[in-house]
Amino acid sequence: MTQESFVDFQNVWLAYNDELLAENHFAVEDINLQVKQGEFIAIVGPSGCGKSTFMKLTTGLKMPSKGRILVDGQPVTGPLKISGMAFQASSLLPWRTTLDNVLLPLEIVEPYRSNFKRNKAEYAERARKLLNTVGLGGYEDKFPWELSGGMQQRASICRALIHEPKMLLLDEPFGALDAFTREELWCILRDLWTEQKFNVILVTHDLRESVFLADTVYVMSKSPGRFVVKKEIDLPRPRDLEITYTPEFTNIVHELRGHIGAMRKTGAAINP
Amino acid sequence: MNKKSLESWSPWILLLLSILIWEGLCRAFNVSEFIFPSPSRIAQQTIEYRDVIAGHAWRTYWVTMVGFGIAIVVGVLLGFIIGSSRLAYAAVYPLMTAFNALPKAAFVPILVVWFGIGIGPAILTAFLISFFPIMVNIATGLATLEPELEDVLRVLGAKRWDVLVKVGLPRSMPYFYGSLKVAITLAFVGTTVSEMTASNEGIGYLLISAGSAMQMGLAFSGLVVVGAMAMLMYELFSYIEKRTTGWAHRSSQGE
Repeated sequence: MTQESFVDFQNVWLAYNDELLAENHFAVEDINLQVKQGEFIAIVGPSGCGKSTFMKLTTGLKMPSKGRILVDGQPVTGPLKISGMAFQASSLLPWRTTLDNVLLPLEIVEPYRSNFKRNKAEYAERARKLLNTVGLGGYEDKFPWELSGGMQQRASICRALIHEPKMLLLDEPFGALDAFTREELWCILRDLWTEQKFNVILVTHDLRESVFLADTVYVMSKSPGRFVVKKEIDLPRPRDLEITYTPEFTNIVHELRGHIGAMRKTGAAINP
Repeated sequence: MNKKSLESWSPWILLLLSILIWEGLCRAFNVSEFIFPSPSRIAQQTIEYRDVIAGHAWRTYWVTMVGFGIAIVVGVLLGFIIGSSRLAYAAVYPLMTAFNALPKAAFVPILVVWFGIGIGPAILTAFLISFFPIMVNIATGLATLEPELEDVLRVLGAKRWDVLVKVGLPRSMPYFYGSLKVAITLAFVGTTVSEMTASNEGIGYLLISAGSAMQMGLAFSGLVVVGAMAMLMYELFSYIEKRTTGWAHRSSQGE
């Protein structure tokens, strides 16, 4: 019973423009990756290794120079509306309330767009529910600048999820938060994912975060941007924050750290 | 008096002090009113000629507002075009900068040839001098969009137009109101300068005729009236700005 891959990268190479392509200078090289339906993957690696490029490829914002990308069985030919994105900066619009910020995607993406005015009450209700599940009940009518950093990030994740995407892409979403808030948001993301089982691609440089949340962790190297390690995390689910203090957890983190450390050393040898 | 009310009264206090010093200096050195009239003399002449001044002031006011209105329309349209297209930005911006560097008073003789003495040159000078800041600010507001946010929207299938209307325009509103405050004061400069040579009405004309008749008090009251009108309009736009785009000024409001 082999399951169809939901995201399928086949020998994907990307150079940002034709000149770089002519010089054989690629941002990411030879990416092969198969993600199952509903799988939570994390990509870790040093900054500038092409993690964000990988996200742009997955969502169809960038087309590969070589190779093929299939998502949900279909070749990617343009922006993929079945994806929601959130970044390190929440980038909420300061002139909209939290609720209106969360509703923004529905004003743009079809099929919601055409009947947005008619069904606004229903959509607002959905947004309220979603905000409630991330602990933002009662903050719907506040403006983003009246919220703390952690709350803004929760709202940003709600905005990414409001159109019920099949795939959630997170680019260091918790990078700017303090350690306690970050762990709180890990749990919120875990619960959302457990409930809705969308695919998640989490880009991060926090190894503990990746091991705690993901089914599979990929380690990326920098120039060339390649996937060098694939590590399945077989820690039992549901996972509780307590698990991060167990030796099994620490061993995995340590092992991944070893890969990154080794990479940095060889990198240093190549470019002294 | 606490700190806050002192702050709000400070311009008036400064104004009063300056007037007192001015008056004092004029009296102490017995300055001739044909050279430099004292505030009391200016006030006296203002009251004496109040009907004449009011007539000229009204003319200058509405001419300025017409020119300013055109400047808003043209400035917003041009700003929208160059802010939403890189090509248009590259093509238009250098030329606009060069144009902005030209002294607008130099256009007045040309405008007189085209439109004759009267409101035409005054309206157009007010327009020419004040559309540039509006255009630049709208363009800046539109062009400064976080790339992440653009990705979030583009992946949903947003067209350029969606991004401009949902994000670009609201974001540029604070810049827009900010630019109105600058532009309105410039528009008054434009009108007055034009009226000085190309009109038989308006504060600019009043300044010239009062000057040539050695009515220095009257000339100064003309200046005071233009200054006051520009101040009032500035305050008006500043009020509208605070009411409509409060989200951009939250830190200064002390939350």
